[in-house]
Amino acid sequence: MKQLMLGNQALARGLYEAGCSVVSSYPGTPSTEVTEEAAKYDEIYCEWAPNEKVAMEVAFGASLAGKRSFCGMKHVGLNVAADPLFTCSYTGVNAGMVICVADDAGMHSSQNEQDSRHHAIAAKVPMLEPSDSAEAYAFAKKAYELSEQFDTPVIIKMCTRVAHSQSIVDSGERVEPAPIPYVKNIAKYVMMPGNAIRRHPVVEERTRKLTAYAEDCAFNRVEMGDTKIGIITSSTSYQYAKEVFGNKASILKLGMINPLPEKLILDFASKVEKLVIVEELDPIIENHCKQLGLQVTGKDVLPIEGEFSQNLIAEKLGVELPPVKKLGETLPGRPPVMCAGCPHRGLFYTLSKNHCTVLGDIGCYTLGAVAPLSAMEMTLCMGASVSSIHGFNKALGEESEGKTVAVIGDSTFMHSGMTGLANIAYNQSNSTVIILDNSITGMTGHQQNPTTGYNIKGDPAGKIDLEALCRAMGFNRVVVVDPYDLTECDRVLKEELAAKEPSVIISRRPCALLKYVKHNPPYHVEAEKCIGCKSCMRLGCPAISMKGKKAVVDSTQCVGCGVCAQLCRLDALQA
Amino acid sequence: MEEKMTKNIMIVGVGGQGSLLASKLLGHLLLTEGYDVKVSEVHGMSQRGGSVVTYVRFGDKVYSPVIDKGEADFIVSFEKLEAARYVEYLKADGRIVVNTQEIDPMPVITGAAQYPENLIEKMEQLGIAVDAMDCLSLAEQAGSAKAVNIVLMGRLSKYFDIPAEKWRQAIRECVPQKFVELNLKAFDLGRTE
Repeated sequence: MKQLMLGNQALARGLYEAGCSVVSSYPGTPSTEVTEEAAKYDEIYCEWAPNEKVAMEVAFGASLAGKRSFCGMKHVGLNVAADPLFTCSYTGVNAGMVICVADDAGMHSSQNEQDSRHHAIAAKVPMLEPSDSAEAYAFAKKAYELSEQFDTPVIIKMCTRVAHSQSIVDSGERVEPAPIPYVKNIAKYVMMPGNAIRRHPVVEERTRKLTAYAEDCAFNRVEMGDTKIGIITSSTSYQYAKEVFGNKASILKLGMINPLPEKLILDFASKVEKLVIVEELDPIIENHCKQLGLQVTGKDVLPIEGEFSQNLIAEKLGVELPPVKKLGETLPGRPPVMCAGCPHRGLFYTLSKNHCTVLGDIGCYTLGAVAPLSAMEMTLCMGASVSSIHGFNKALGEESEGKTVAVIGDSTFMHSGMTGLANIAYNQSNSTVIILDNSITGMTGHQQNPTTGYNIKGDPAGKIDLEALCRAMGFNRVVVVDPYDLTECDRVLKEELAAKEPSVIISRRPCALLKYVKHNPPYHVEAEKCIGCKSCMRLGCPAISMKGKKAVVDSTQCVGCGVCAQLCRLDALQA
Repeated sequence: MEEKMTKNIMIVGVGGQGSLLASKLLGHLLLTEGYDVKVSEVHGMSQRGGSVVTYVRFGDKVYSPVIDKGEADFIVSFEKLEAARYVEYLKADGRIVVNTQEIDPMPVITGAAQYPENLIEKMEQLGIAVDAMDCLSLAEQAGSAKAVNIVLMGRLSKYFDIPAEKWRQAIRECVPQKFVELNLKAFDLGRTE
């Protein structure tokens, strides 16, 4: 049946039809929907794991047991899962194992724009790169055959524009693969030195075979057109190149990005006058061509940073651009903001008011760094707030201990904050860690996690007790506050910062966007009481603005959290 | 650039305003009409009250999933400032369909900037065809402020050769049963007001 599918949805359909039966992933934009869509098929066991390393090891275990498996993650998630990846390249698989990694060139929702192809090269595993939904679907199905044929995990690399674009997919039916028995094989699966040293040559031989496969596989194709320009490209860059040149260039479209073919490229190069490599981020195809002794145009004209588009490629390769109309003024930007009623706001206001040094983490609450709260000074990667505050306080001692906090969300804490907290408990720094428990993984669009008590399908599941966990690690001071209560937040923060031992504050209130959260009636401003002091404006709530000299509340946005009313000394804000 | 028959519609607005349903409706309709279609969305951080863009492209064969500067046949905007923000994406003979609602962005809320005045007039002065209407009032008239998206689709439908009944059918197929009547009303108000 032909239908429009998101790239991620199409990939999930491919997994389903290929007979995948175990999926374990950690959410991360732009990869999340693959797993959410896979969870809609009853034939697939699906779960959110606490992090990507766990997810990949779960998928490996299922493959070992003889079932086709999958794990999905964003580019930075693959860093977390790099440890199992590099060694399951050595062990190989039993049943097919497919990994999806979604890159985010342009950093729409990420902290860096690393190029995941480096991981495939370094781990010596094949990587496929679809350029639209139909290919995401077809490649996912084919990836399992490849995985089993070559005894290797296979990575499918998505990018934001392939993952989050809908295009037409003609889907089919699920085929249950023949069961593959688990057979004990210590030499293959126990990677201690004596065994691993024998597996490495197997990996190298596999790469040679895969390179030969890449020379004439269906993933790579040549589209001959005008031979003045020959373009080698992949992924969404292929679409931009076709958009600009149509048949006015010849194209070698690579769907298998690791290992790269040699003869196919040399043959293509010999048929065109000028060779251009169009690839986002790092010059990987380009460097490969240069190693083959070819003269190419690539990163000398096309940028290494950011996303491509048709106009960018046209401009850099000397093709005329369409005319553009411009307004002669600079418009105010519209950056993302914490939602009205966001439970993080009250907590960040308290941190800002107390002039705390705030080491932050990855999630919606990273927006605590944005004006007017501007209450976050560091964000690195998942879990880094908790580990870094320990280093910060060990370096500065009493100078920083009484005014520095780490803030981390509930899901991020489960992902990789726990190990940092264990370090604080073990190596004893006087650090204050705040867990922003909004009872969901917010930023990626409301996924469950080990603290919520529900699984990916919304059914009741195990629930980790954060207070008990922190106490078990050795924290004597574990306090829960409601971030809507500014007085209490202020009192608890001051008390825990003053304490001469490490402590955990759990700021607990569910995300205001969750369906089960009941909203209060909106607040309004009693204009005769408002003196325009702008105290309420310090919260940076998108529902409050100044009209003339008075504050006004947008009743369509306000959820009645009442935090603003606590700042108004004149009681002008009323429910 | 290659001469091409691909038509481009940009849907712009503020995160949370309901552009996903609008693009779903368009995608469904255009697929039914037999076109090749691509719809590109924004997920993640910029959804949180930020400026959001959805690209809808259709034709015999669509390659790029995105619309670039100077390419849009239509910009459908849920908010006035957002229409102005993407003017550069409009084709020379493109048209803007805009809801006149104003939503202050954070720099305006904090007082670091002012909401620009007379944006519709300024766009018209550039020779752009601007179809501006108060979609929020019409949506409320239809029964829900959330129906702004379908009011806009009703307005957009005026500029297409596709019969209104096919748009209505697409609404029936894309919207949950209990909201169909409301959205059909919103569509008709947008199309005829």
